[in-house]
Amino acid sequence: MTQVKSTMAGTVFTVNVAVGEEVAVGQVIVVLESMKMEIPIEAETAGKVTAINVKVGDFVNEEDVLATVEG
Amino acid sequence: MDKILIANRGEIALRIIKTCKRLGISVVVVYSEADVDMPFVKEADEAFLLGPAQVQQSYLKADDIIEIAVRTGADAIHPGYGLLSENAAFARKVQEAGIRFIGPDVDTIEKMGDKIGSRGTMKAAGVPVVPGTDEGIASLEDAIQAAIEIGYPIMLKASAGGGGIGMVRCEDEQALSQHFQSIKTRAKTYFGDDVVFLEKFIANARHIEVQIFGDNFGNVVHMFERNCSVQRRNQKVIEESPSPHLTEDTRQRLYKAAVDAAKAVSYKNAGTVEFIVDENNEVYFLEMNTRLQVEHPVTEEVTGFDLVEWQIEIVKGNKLPVINQDDIKSKGHAIEFRIYAEDPIKFMPSPGTIKKLDWGDTTGIRVDHGYIEGGKVTPFYDPLISKVIVHAQTREEAIRKSVAFLSKVEIEGLKTNIPLFNKFLESEEFIAGDYLTSVLTTWSAKQKEEMTK
Repeated sequence: MTQVKSTMAGTVFTVNVAVGEEVAVGQVIVVLESMKMEIPIEAETAGKVTAINVKVGDFVNEEDVLATVEG
Repeated sequence: MDKILIANRGEIALRIIKTCKRLGISVVVVYSEADVDMPFVKEADEAFLLGPAQVQQSYLKADDIIEIAVRTGADAIHPGYGLLSENAAFARKVQEAGIRFIGPDVDTIEKMGDKIGSRGTMKAAGVPVVPGTDEGIASLEDAIQAAIEIGYPIMLKASAGGGGIGMVRCEDEQALSQHFQSIKTRAKTYFGDDVVFLEKFIANARHIEVQIFGDNFGNVVHMFERNCSVQRRNQKVIEESPSPHLTEDTRQRLYKAAVDAAKAVSYKNAGTVEFIVDENNEVYFLEMNTRLQVEHPVTEEVTGFDLVEWQIEIVKGNKLPVINQDDIKSKGHAIEFRIYAEDPIKFMPSPGTIKKLDWGDTTGIRVDHGYIEGGKVTPFYDPLISKVIVHAQTREEAIRKSVAFLSKVEIEGLKTNIPLFNKFLESEEFIAGDYLTSVLTTWSAKQKEEMTK
């Protein structure tokens, strides 16, 4: 199980995957908006998305767990 | 005019306060919970909390801002840049509330805020525009067809876009297909309008803009050009005036196109006409910004005029302080550096608390500051901490002064792009002055490569 964590504080701009979806390494899971810039958060491992903890508009801090991927 | 409400934050709010104080005008500011300790809140005569940090819940709450202006008896609202500054609906509501909006007429903001419409207006006025589509593109199929006619590479742009957001360069059909829907989505999210259009990507170009001013009596003047080609992610980092390596003929064509553009829409107040100048010195209209620009101090330094004061004079119904173009002179050379809270190599945002902020000896240097030591740069707003503007007799001297000053600035607690300036200012590319919009991206890629070696 791998946790997909936020690399910085920001607002969730898009959630690009759904629970149950298979993702590849480098696939963008969530796009954050921070300081007027879009920050893509990518999957570090391949596998199935088992949880998504955020929705569009949520504010997240650095290191917050955004989603879980099980390989 | 006795009282002005500033519907903005940070350095631009402080900048407007400075002129208001000099003119004996009292100032009302509005602020978010994140900005409660910011210098602009402390410097104002009256300050009102709007709401939480997110702009949608604070600085974009148009009705609340207008209500505060009415309640406090403000004569006018200055919107600064960004946020509500080019929002025609806001400007209209301000006027309906019996308050003056410090900017051009509502219909001018409306016309120029729509990039497709403004292209049409400029074409009709004989101002050259970048080849592209004259209407919004509804489907990917239509976009592909239009791109074939224009020729790749193309720029896919949101008609309501701005600030580097809502545009992407597409090299081929695959890239266009990949980005089409996402640009529409972003346009809808950021600007509330998903209309997109295509423009030819002009390679080897410079981004040069002309400051213009108009009044209610049909007078229009320009205040020379600013070269804004040093950019990252389509956002400006360094601006300078005059633009180095511009032929006199090109310069005059730029001024004429800018004044023609302003006259075409009976422009009143401060505005900027942005152009792309290609390698053959062809000039193309890009867009018109109907507000005070971030980089307006560069023009203030070379002309000696206070642009905020001019804005206020025009809103008061007065003529331009200087009507004859020949009476407006450009003296020396000015360079502005945008000090951003970001990683100087990766250009990624770096929010945090400014633990130490020491500008050093600011004699002869203009620092338009937004934050002071102890200030918190939050992820909710743009990463601009402050601006440093250096003016000297010549470009060489201005660069020398900039290097001496910036190398001594100490900012701790977060990353800033000052280390980038310290290196870039000594690069052959910048010193030569013959640089293009790609200069910073190309130069920093080269730096990274050397560091990897």
